[in-house]
This record gives sequence, C-alpha cells and structure tokens, in this order.
Amino acid sequence: MSTKRFLYVNRKAPYGTVYALESLEVVLIGAAFEQDVRLLFMDDGVFQIAKNQKTDGIETKNFSPTYSALGDYDITKIYVDKQSLEERGLTVDDLIPLTYEDEDDDWAEKDSIILIDRNDVKTLMEESEVLLSF
Amino acid sequence: MKYTIQINEGPYTHQASDSAYLFTKAALESGHEIFRVFFYHDGVNNATRLTTPPQDDRNIVTRWSALAEKHDLDMVVCVAAAQRRGIADADESRRNGKDADNLAPGFRISGLGQLIEGGIQSDRLIVFGD
Repeated sequence: MSTKRFLYVNRKAPYGTVYALESLEVVLIGAAFEQDVRLLFMDDGVFQIAKNQKTDGIETKNFSPTYSALGDYDITKIYVDKQSLEERGLTVDDLIPLTYEDEDDDWAEKDSIILIDRNDVKTLMEESEVLLSF
Repeated sequence: MKYTIQINEGPYTHQASDSAYLFTKAALESGHEIFRVFFYHDGVNNATRLTTPPQDDRNIVTRWSALAEKHDLDMVVCVAAAQRRGIADADESRRNGKDADNLAPGFRISGLGQLIEGGIQSDRLIVFGD
C-alpha cells in the first residue's frame, strides 16, 4: 500500500465532547498502516496534551496517559500551535513530555513536540495529503 | 476523481449528514467514484433503521440506504463508535449479549482501518462535521 502524509488536526478540549478520545483511537489504529503521520494540536486541542489531567470529578476516563505511548507507535512529529498555548496561558512546560526513541541515532530519546507559529500551520496543512480534523 | 466521505455527526441535529449525502449523490451523478462512506463519532446514528422522522420530513437513513443500493456504495460504520452508541447488526448484537439489532440495509460495521484505507486509496478524503 502506498504511503501518504497524514495530518490529524486536534482542535477541541479533551473532555466535554468525545472528539479528542475518538481522534486518538483513529491515530492508534492508523499507526498500523505505516503512513507518514503528523499530529497538530491547536485551539482548545492543546489541552488534550496538558499535564496532570484529573477526571475523577466528571466520572470520565482520563485517557491522557495514552499520548505518552505515541512514540512507541512511531508517531514522532507532534506539532503544537504556539499562539494557542499563549492564548490559554500555557507554555510547553505545561504539556506532557512526549518523546520517542530514534532508531537512527542509537535509540536516543528525543522530543516529539514541535512548537510552530500559526503561519506555519497553513504550510503544514498544505504539505499533507490526508487531513483529518477532529 | 475517487472520494472517501467521512461523516462525524448524527442525523437531524446537524447538517453534516445531509451535506454529505447531497455531495455524494452529486459526485456519483457527475461520474466520480465513491470509494467508501465512513460513519464516525455520532455519525454512526445515521445507520439505525429505527429512525422514524415525521412523514413530511426527509428520512436521512433510508435515503442513504437507497443511494447505497442504487450505486453499490460501501457504507461503513465504525465498530467502536457504534458499540458506544448502541448501533449493532445481528452479529454484533449476539456477540455483546444484546436482545436487538438496528443496523439499516446497505450499512456494514467494521473498524477504523477502513477509514485509513479510504484516505490512502482515494484522491480526496472529505470530512463532514464540525
């Protein structure tokens, strides 16, 4: 099967609606197809990868630990819109440290998160062949 | 052109399914190919045959079924999303120990891999929903 550049755009808060959870399910299943996959978190979507999520009060499963496994699924390019973070008073230190082991560099642990400007979001979308927005 | 259509919202609450239907119909009538129609999130609710709208309103579910029959459309309902929302065919119903099933004709239940495959095999993946 051919390889295409997939971009998953995550724009909604992790709770309140099911989109974030069901987006993550597509990403994990899709990983088996060995495509060129990138994730983008923007708008309230940046809250999906915020640290220290606690969901006991809303009796909903906290699925945020799953994001830490993305590196094991060879998903190593996770873009975060810098302006979305700033608008919400967040910095990269408020995010779950997402990493992967680089097999081309003696399995060194590297950051998956790439902060980008909003102008670069356009380029990222233009460069992708299959864009799934959740 | 070859299209895969993804529908993320349920019927009547949201225009997504109507727009997707009209797009799909127009694409087919213009000679394009629809590789697959994939129902996800609340979109799976477009596939229950128990839907009974008032008689002077469109029936979104039977409209999809008729389009599928006419054009031999592959309409796939995500199994995980369907299980959460109570959409089941006879096999799914039995497997989960339920006493009823409700999948409308022309739809089939399968996995998310079918969506990814649609993205890979088609020239365009068009997503309907918010």
